[in-house]
Amino acid sequence: MSRPFLSVENLAVLFPTSDGIVRATDGLSYTLERGKTLGIVGESGSGKSVSSSAILGLHRNTSAMVSGQIWFDGTELLGISDDEMRAKRGKDVAMIFQDPLSALHPYYRVGDQISEAYLAHNSVPKRVARARTIEMLARVGIPQPDRRVDDYPHQFSGGMRQRVMIAMALINDPILLIADEPTTALDVTVQAQILDLLQDLQREFNTALIMITHDLGVIAEIADDVLVMYAGRAVEYGSARELLTKPAMPYTWGLIQSIPDVSGPLDRPLRPIPGNPPSLLNPPVGCPFFARCEYSRFVPGNRCATELPELRPVDEGHLKRCHLEDDELDSYDAVLAGGH
Amino acid sequence: MAAPLLQVKDLVMHFPVKSRGVVARTVGHVQAVDGISFDLEAGQALGLVGESGCGKTTTGRLVTRLQKPTSGQIIFEGHDIAQAPPRALKPLRRDIQMIFQDPYTSLNPRQTVGEIVGAPLAIHKLVPASKRLARVQEMLEIVGLNPEHYNRYPHEFSGGQRQRIGIARALTLQPKLLVADEPVSALDVSIQAQVINLMQDLQREFNISFLFIAHDLAIVRYFCPEIAVMYLGKIVEKAPREELYANPRHPYTKALLSAAPDVGQAAIGGRRERIRLVGDVPSPINPPSGCHFRTRCWKAQDICATTEPLLRKVDVSIGVRPGAAAPAGGSTAIAGTTVATPVDEVACHFPEP
Repeated sequence: MSRPFLSVENLAVLFPTSDGIVRATDGLSYTLERGKTLGIVGESGSGKSVSSSAILGLHRNTSAMVSGQIWFDGTELLGISDDEMRAKRGKDVAMIFQDPLSALHPYYRVGDQISEAYLAHNSVPKRVARARTIEMLARVGIPQPDRRVDDYPHQFSGGMRQRVMIAMALINDPILLIADEPTTALDVTVQAQILDLLQDLQREFNTALIMITHDLGVIAEIADDVLVMYAGRAVEYGSARELLTKPAMPYTWGLIQSIPDVSGPLDRPLRPIPGNPPSLLNPPVGCPFFARCEYSRFVPGNRCATELPELRPVDEGHLKRCHLEDDELDSYDAVLAGGH
Repeated sequence: MAAPLLQVKDLVMHFPVKSRGVVARTVGHVQAVDGISFDLEAGQALGLVGESGCGKTTTGRLVTRLQKPTSGQIIFEGHDIAQAPPRALKPLRRDIQMIFQDPYTSLNPRQTVGEIVGAPLAIHKLVPASKRLARVQEMLEIVGLNPEHYNRYPHEFSGGQRQRIGIARALTLQPKLLVADEPVSALDVSIQAQVINLMQDLQREFNISFLFIAHDLAIVRYFCPEIAVMYLGKIVEKAPREELYANPRHPYTKALLSAAPDVGQAAIGGRRERIRLVGDVPSPINPPSGCHFRTRCWKAQDICATTEPLLRKVDVSIGVRPGAAAPAGGSTAIAGTTVATPVDEVACHFPEP
């Protein structure tokens, strides 16, 4: 059996600190095929960015302890040398960062910054790289690219800067693109433009896309599959439609019920998730969501507090990390509604 | 009918742009807020939505008089405070308070929670120092924090808890109007609902009016019965939420709503047609003539460049009334009833039907 295009297996990223070990990501596994989009949802500190930067080898030469396996296009990435990683980073795997203003160098022209990414992987004369840069700027929808190529980052608006970042990430035709909250800093109309652009480019180059976000709306728009992370662990995984319409785990329910919508009934009350996420310094022994979960009382024997649930299938391709029995989900809601 | 708590009329804020050099001459103005009007009744919530740079935050800062407007009127409880001198503003600060966006930068890291929440009481000398702690603890209890935590520092709290501290500080003086500028956008999704629900409870309990400024269309829809949409310093549409979201009249509102991701719709596979707005918002230093939105509008005609469309009332059943001079009040009074027809106001020559 051939391996999936991208397969993250039992990934753990731990940061030793003076207070103890922070388990930023633990026991994370997922797969992704070419041309598909995986959405990773989670709150700040859920490990979604940390786990994705591990694919790019961004924890190398830091104090972070990374274990597990990352199989990408037939190669195991954690085991390869720094030189081999450098040859892939920015070429086969590229990343778009959240804040384009801090990810771009203010002193260099955007054209030079984009060309640098191209020259790092192609031995071509500078003018060839420049021509390629202008072509990419046009491709991401920047007007007058032959003039804007010589502008500095501050001369671009937020949406245009994010397009520059996308041009830089795509200039080497990567086969895997990791977008870390690429639209969080942008207005909705600009966000819509950028999401459209990413989808167009993905179709054209058959790129695999990992979209990291906390916005379920963005997920609903572009993801094929969704991975929900909580406190460093995957807690639910499934197709976007299945997960948004039939979420199987209390944290995902909570997320969906705690956000208002632009359509639908106005009198639907917001049901916030009580409390705060646990500290990753001493993660709970049992289910990471236990302390905030209203449903743990339905699980006999206090198992939620003492035993970490397995990530187990609820349906074809739909996994959840929860002790609750699937065939009784509706009755739990009835009990909780009656109790209020 | 009693006058509304807050009336804003033709409010204008132009920031001068200075040239470089020894003699800084004014070379232009950033027209941040360019003639907006709205009313806010006691106990009500008005939402201001729009994209970055549309002037919604400046409007909030003008209403709280953190800035002095270039012209226009801000009538609070019958008094025009637009040009009031600082000394006259002090009593006003008790009635108008603000909740800020970023709970990390809006709390002094070197003050304890007790000092932060008690500061308004000390400044206005309302409660003797001996009784201040009790009042602070009462406020902390109201916003859902542990009253025993009054001697902790902001860094010991999470983002959502810090925002609660900010709300407690704003509430200490029992204000009549709260200006909330993006109060939840810095918080995690699961925490946003906690803070929204808290503000809604407080609004009901203390009958506070809210001017709710946000870019998140779903949250504004949830919180505010009436919503004004801003674009480049102007209100382009103002309507009850039922109308605005179901039947946007202004092309910009339509485009804005179509760009907002809709979890409910997308999850069942239904996807509304998205209107792609081309280009960026023009510079507020030199906004387009006539209608500010015309450069990006697919309906624009010659008249849009020459004549500025005024905000005028649309009767839901009839369409735009002939003649912009709708009677003050604007609602069609039906004899024997007090129910006003929901009236949508729109600034466009060619509103959507």
